[in-house]
Amino acid sequence: MRQIAIYGKGGIGKSTTTQNTVAGLASIGKKVMIVGCDPKADSTRLILHAKAQSTVMDLVRELGTVEDLELEDVMKVGYGDVKCVESGGPEPGVGCAGRGVITAINFLEENGAYTPDLDFVFYDVLGDVVCGGFAMPIREGKAEEIYIVCSGEMMAMYAANNIAKGILKYASSGKVRLAGLICNARKTDKEYELIDALAKKLGTQMIHFVPRDNQVQRAELRRMTVIEYSPEHPQANEYRTLAQKIADNKMLVVPTPLEMEELEDLLMEFGIMEAEDESIVGVAEAAAV
Amino acid sequence: MSKETKKKVDCITMESTQAMIDAAMEIYPDKAKKKRAPHLAPNAGEGACVKSNRKTVPGIMSARGCAYAGAKGVVWGPIRDMVHVSHGPVGCGWYSWGTRRNLVTGVNGVSQFAMQFTSDFQEKDIVYGGDKKLRTLLEEAHELFPLAKGISVLSECPVGLIGDDINSVAKTASKDLDIPVIPCNCEGFRGVSQSLGHHISNDTIRDHIIGTREFREPASPYDIALIGDYNIGGDVWSVKPLLEEIGLNVKAVWTGDGELEKIAATHTVKLNLIHCYRSMNYMCRVMEEKYGIPWVEFNFFGPTKIRESLRKIAEYFDDYIKERVEAVIAKYDPIMQAVIDEYRPRLEGKTVMLYVGGLRPRHTVNAYADLGMTVVGSGYEFAHGDDYERTSPEMPEATVIYDDASEHELEQFVNELRPDLVGSGIKEKYLFQKMGIPFRQMHSWDYSGPYHAYNGFPIFARDIDMAVNSPTWKLVNAPF
Repeated sequence: MRQIAIYGKGGIGKSTTTQNTVAGLASIGKKVMIVGCDPKADSTRLILHAKAQSTVMDLVRELGTVEDLELEDVMKVGYGDVKCVESGGPEPGVGCAGRGVITAINFLEENGAYTPDLDFVFYDVLGDVVCGGFAMPIREGKAEEIYIVCSGEMMAMYAANNIAKGILKYASSGKVRLAGLICNARKTDKEYELIDALAKKLGTQMIHFVPRDNQVQRAELRRMTVIEYSPEHPQANEYRTLAQKIADNKMLVVPTPLEMEELEDLLMEFGIMEAEDESIVGVAEAAAV
Repeated sequence: MSKETKKKVDCITMESTQAMIDAAMEIYPDKAKKKRAPHLAPNAGEGACVKSNRKTVPGIMSARGCAYAGAKGVVWGPIRDMVHVSHGPVGCGWYSWGTRRNLVTGVNGVSQFAMQFTSDFQEKDIVYGGDKKLRTLLEEAHELFPLAKGISVLSECPVGLIGDDINSVAKTASKDLDIPVIPCNCEGFRGVSQSLGHHISNDTIRDHIIGTREFREPASPYDIALIGDYNIGGDVWSVKPLLEEIGLNVKAVWTGDGELEKIAATHTVKLNLIHCYRSMNYMCRVMEEKYGIPWVEFNFFGPTKIRESLRKIAEYFDDYIKERVEAVIAKYDPIMQAVIDEYRPRLEGKTVMLYVGGLRPRHTVNAYADLGMTVVGSGYEFAHGDDYERTSPEMPEATVIYDDASEHELEQFVNELRPDLVGSGIKEKYLFQKMGIPFRQMHSWDYSGPYHAYNGFPIFARDIDMAVNSPTWKLVNAPF
């Protein structure tokens, strides 16, 4: 069983990419489980055709304690026999979402959700690893392969580099490795070259360049993956290709994150960022001559 | 005791005490040694001779509590007519229930609520927040115990970690239930010891309670409040009658066997008498600044200090009180002398070491002296510089003073000085009993008390005699 965690900047398309890729893996006969680690609980809707799956923490809240929970109450099976679990958690502003992830994953482990017939387990994690709870999927004995979803936008690349820093921390004490960047294209300038260059600098690969296509949105409106909605569409092929590449991927590395200056140099090299003019920093419009 | 007659102890010099401290610290790594060294010193006679109120050095065994302990156990818990809610997982509330021996009067569930109320956090409360559960708890507590005058909400660690807004829950519940609901953000991880819990609790009294009620009876010039007496082993029940005997009206007690509405009306008294300076000096200062109420520290341990303190208190009042004080002293002096005559011959020349909380390491020194005993080492778990300033003059010259002492340090010092009695807490008790040294738990008066005021001294003297002269400890032989 290979356990894979998907990280990336918020809104970059982690959940969409994960579910389409998982559908691709399922279509080539792989057994997969998705564990959604985001209180928004939207990591499985395209597989289950559901608005929102009832989550581990929802049921814990209903039943009072985690001990009263049964695995079949929280695990649903969707397209391609993909098993789906959502950790769930509070609405923004109350409680502790990170603890929700920890509670849910502990529950899954204790109740035998990780069956030997599974080929892959995917963790779809909240964009910002704000506390230990969201690092739970990459702790010892869990996901050892990490893919970062990014695009050619500056903030997405900053985020990717920061996540690589986090992986480096865990990699030095355990087996977690960076397995590649997935470019979820936004049609920015020289996007392919840029992410390819960033991947090389991080010591990894751009495992696939997923072109932007509105077919993804059309499928999403129907709460489906592209692979299920329109298996013949070229975009479905892209996800199948990505799935095959992940299945074949042997390139697991300890990342070499960039220093801030290095990253900015890279952005400047590709014309994404202009050289900083220190003389204008902190000068209000009215004060500038 | 005046400076001229400054006590000295045979064989204890600045050099010998420093050598003992150095020897005890030899085992420490350099970093720990550097940190601990300023917390241990021979008594220089004036000023604070040790550093204090600093984070405990990791790896040494400390006897300290936490901010929650300071709020629940010390300041809030003793108020008898309130429900005190330990907000968080069950353990903090359970293990702090009734352990401090702050005794109360009244009928349980009717006029006092010395019960264990907790929101008993589960995983779901951490993840989703405990605010709704707290609201339900407050409603249920009020429904079950409608006679409770108010509710305190005492935060345990997780509440602060997940950012539960107890202040807003308390505010709306207070309005809806029409009783004071006081939120106290006393998460255990705040500060270096229970001391911050005292301060936070004082601040909540300032923000939510003081000035919200008035006494029914008309004011008199002899109205006082007894501050910082938590009625350990019934101390308040010994102090209050004595203060009344000298003509004062004890309008409120903070907080031993305390009543919320009387505490809330304390802003109208003429003088605050403060027993435990460490835990309540904050509110004394607030009442002084805001309401112009002077405050005076007093010490009712042992006849010498009682006499001194009564006369000090009388200075704040007219001749009527001064005369009563003299009459009371004259009445009790022979009774106290009889106690001394009985016990002193058996205790003369014996030595004591103390390691307790907020005031006993200095306040009880002279009570031992009244019995002919000498305190040869003293220290506090959580005191500040101003406590040590008050301690130095009480202690004999060059005796060892220790702040936030570790078990290792205490063991070394006791082994070196071999006192006839150690007065400390449950965590230290068995160590010293196994060394064959008589021991009294001096946080709780060891299931006895009161020790305070004239009624307390005979009990104190009896207990000390019983401990020191029991033949039991001479039969203890270490099997190694």
